[in-house]
Amino acid sequence: MMSINIVIRFDNFLVKKYLLWFLFCYLNSGIIQAEPIRLATTTSTDNSGLLREIIPHFEQKTGNVVHVLSVATGHALRLGQDGNVDVVLVHAPNAEMHWVEAGYGVNRRSVMVNDFVILGPENDPAGIRRERNAVKTLQKIARGKHIFVSRGDDSGTHKKEMALWEKTRMKPSVTWYRETGQGMGRVLQMADELNAYTISDRGTWLVLRSKLSLKLLFEGDPELHNPYSIIAVNPSRYPGINYMGAMSLIAWLTSVDGQNQIRKFKLDGQSLFFPSAILD
Amino acid sequence: MNGLLLTTQQALQLLFTGDPELWSIVLLSFSVSLKAILLTTPFAFLVSFALSHGKFPGIRIILAIFNSLLSVPTVVIGLFLYVLLTRQGPFGDLRLLFTQTAMIIGQMILCFPTLVALGYAAIQAADRRVWETARTLGAPPWFSMLTVFFEVRFALLAAVLTGFGRIISEIGISMMIGGNIMGYTRNITTAIAMETSKGEFAQGIALGLVLLLLSFLLTALLSYLQGHKEFAA
Repeated sequence: MMSINIVIRFDNFLVKKYLLWFLFCYLNSGIIQAEPIRLATTTSTDNSGLLREIIPHFEQKTGNVVHVLSVATGHALRLGQDGNVDVVLVHAPNAEMHWVEAGYGVNRRSVMVNDFVILGPENDPAGIRRERNAVKTLQKIARGKHIFVSRGDDSGTHKKEMALWEKTRMKPSVTWYRETGQGMGRVLQMADELNAYTISDRGTWLVLRSKLSLKLLFEGDPELHNPYSIIAVNPSRYPGINYMGAMSLIAWLTSVDGQNQIRKFKLDGQSLFFPSAILD
Repeated sequence: MNGLLLTTQQALQLLFTGDPELWSIVLLSFSVSLKAILLTTPFAFLVSFALSHGKFPGIRIILAIFNSLLSVPTVVIGLFLYVLLTRQGPFGDLRLLFTQTAMIIGQMILCFPTLVALGYAAIQAADRRVWETARTLGAPPWFSMLTVFFEVRFALLAAVLTGFGRIISEIGISMMIGGNIMGYTRNITTAIAMETSKGEFAQGIALGLVLLLLSFLLTALLSYLQGHKEFAA
């Protein structure tokens, strides 16, 4: 009988605990909190530390909470298209245009620019250091069958790379072309390990530079321009979406304050992104 | 070699200086997995009990299904939930994708078969007379069931610990339907994957050490409980 009494108390305790936990989970699910703004963005803006630096300014100013999902550009656009996020910050102008035309997004604004760089081993077996043209650079790498590591993940960087290959009129072959499906940081590490060539956005390169033996071999061709835009997900497709939040983030990022925060963000004294929303 | 030593040293520094970001990730991991296991356990053991004491057709088949579900890959559960929870999916209106709630649901699904199968084994091992005695003494069925649970409490606790070990160390579900959002759905495993991709090995190793330590503690606790049970019997 003794043990049965213990069980009764144990049982009541458990039932109460169970209900309390349930209530707790329910409260945590965000029904009572203000609706967060879901921002899908590229790994380059998040991994570089830019968003971590500037988003708190926005949150403080407006009282909004931003949930940042950092994925490849293609994935980010897809998340917006499916209504799983409220706003996207991406870098693939052609894909963005198609996306807006298809009615998935509205109010596209350019936010900032940086550029792509081509990296490779110090001894530069393809001899691209002296080259002045991005397309010719890739042609040299392809002709020499030097190993080239590609993102292969439908990211903005990957889209840029594919556009450049298109212009070379050469077909990358599996004997030297490594398609990885990984993020920029991982690809830089792989290129480093494989003594290979690769293309990267300047931000990620600057962040990882000190940990790699890769060298910056090619830069400066206007072809390698890398503009970032922010686009709100079309609210008529998904009525429940946090459109007002999305628009306030767009407003802030393209405001004098937001643009100044982007300009002020530096790594080792070097600017990573240059604001482009407001013309002087 | 020097790099490895240096990284490990940095990792330990991060752990012991109480790096707030690192510990908030650890805390989040524990909070999500604890909620998942606590919400699943009562229901799972109820099913275990029904399977071991109930008399209905198809028990063997159900058991076989649960046993095969023990090894279901976490990414498959992640994908399955993603398709259900995405805006255009059948539960899209709940807006659960990329929330802690979604992670909890995923982990609940993951640990459910483990709890049922191990709970079943534990309850099977209990003396049948516990149930019969309780019933003859006039206890209602639910109460007699709790008495049986109480008899095999150590084996049941071992089942819970095993289930917890499985969900706190999984990454497929957390990454796919949590989305690795800083301060909200970033847990130990997704943070390790991300830090590694950024080349921040120290942070990754520090988090890995926390997981290792946890699995060591769980194993120690399990073997202690097993010893305890033999002693009691």
